[in-house]
Amino acid sequence: MIAENFNYDAPTSLEEAIALLHQYGDEAKILAGGHSLIPMMKLRFASPTHLIDINNIPGLSYVKEEDGYLKIGAMTKEVEVEESEIIHAKYPIFMDATKLIADPQVRNFGTLGGNLAHGDAANDHPAVMIALGAEVEITGKEGKRTVGIDDFFHGFYTTAVEHGEVLTEIRIPAASGNYGSAYHKAERKVGDYATAGVAVMVQIDDQGRCTKAGIGLTNVSPLPLRATRSEEVLVGSDLSEAVIAQAAQYAAEDCSPTEDLRGNEEYKRHLVGIITKRMLNKAIVRAKK
Amino acid sequence: MTKKITLKINGTEHTMEVEPRMLLVHAIRENVSLTGTHIGCDTSSCGACTILIDGKSAKSCTVLAVQAQGKEIATVEGLATAEGLHPIQEGFHLNHALHCGFCTPGMMMRAIELLEKNPNPTEEEIRWGISGNLCRCTGYNNIVKAIEWTSAKMQGKDLPSTEPEFV
Repeated sequence: MIAENFNYDAPTSLEEAIALLHQYGDEAKILAGGHSLIPMMKLRFASPTHLIDINNIPGLSYVKEEDGYLKIGAMTKEVEVEESEIIHAKYPIFMDATKLIADPQVRNFGTLGGNLAHGDAANDHPAVMIALGAEVEITGKEGKRTVGIDDFFHGFYTTAVEHGEVLTEIRIPAASGNYGSAYHKAERKVGDYATAGVAVMVQIDDQGRCTKAGIGLTNVSPLPLRATRSEEVLVGSDLSEAVIAQAAQYAAEDCSPTEDLRGNEEYKRHLVGIITKRMLNKAIVRAKK
Repeated sequence: MTKKITLKINGTEHTMEVEPRMLLVHAIRENVSLTGTHIGCDTSSCGACTILIDGKSAKSCTVLAVQAQGKEIATVEGLATAEGLHPIQEGFHLNHALHCGFCTPGMMMRAIELLEKNPNPTEEEIRWGISGNLCRCTGYNNIVKAIEWTSAKMQGKDLPSTEPEFV
């Protein structure tokens, strides 16, 4: 399959990339890892007239803790997250998630920024970022601005990244105290989108009380979803079995899955409940370690 | 508008004019006539088109030729030398790790990166490691054995038996 013709530029600075985006108008697209965009172009679901390849811009790929945040450069590849020491030590949720994203070859290309900027509720990082309470840095002609993850996803394939802007950094409040996180998605086979996926983060004080909780859901609603009622029941609780069951039930009730080849609505709600419960238990064990 | 690019494939530079929409796999197969890299699904699912770009395994049906400008590309044709087969080729040969052979070039290129990052993988790590490569003939067991054999060979360890197992 061959994409429609387009012009290609590979700028070497962010300023140059933003200038090109403005020059070419809204028919231009940014090429990051390309493993969502190029297949869509081959199928002619997308036919941008200009591709602006940002892979040659230095300084957009890193994973580091700084100023109370875990900072991930937008062009950091899935494989670089998988192999990052700080991720291994403190943010195992990314190990859970990246292992289930596509396959090793795709993870050699796919970027975290691209996974978010694609604006697809079937992608895995949106739910992870919701659970972790991330914020996203977007760079444009006027400079940088920051958008909270809850205001980032606007619709199917649309996000807070406006035309002429580039997503440049993802910031996650750094893990502190008894902090645990976990992600799992049910998938039919390697490389499939989630039938349902759940990302969980909990923070627990020394008395065993939950002080902070985040739950994000993958592919069970038109937009990546925060399970707000589940979080509310967890915060301030002792995370007893009954509380976890209640949180899982709320998540199953509050999502809005649609029937497809992966299952019907009832099955997907059931999965959300089960995975929420399992990931909460996993995150709690990790928090208490 | 075409672009002039130079691809360094298996150590040799090839300069060509391509449309930006040309996929890397087509540039390799059609412009350079290296047809060992196969096109299977053409949707980045099957891994038959796997090559190495700067040492990293990539599905060349999902990379544009223009993106590979100035990068080092390795394909299956570059594995064997005058001295003989590459250990991964030897491993696949001795362990009967192919039937029709269509997935084999991609499978071997993927296995090379896997073994470079993890010279001594467990069976589970091998199976996860080749999860982006589909084989419709072997049932994977002999492919896993071949990679285990190659791992031993490359580290100078005792070689596992290559006798077929009947279960």
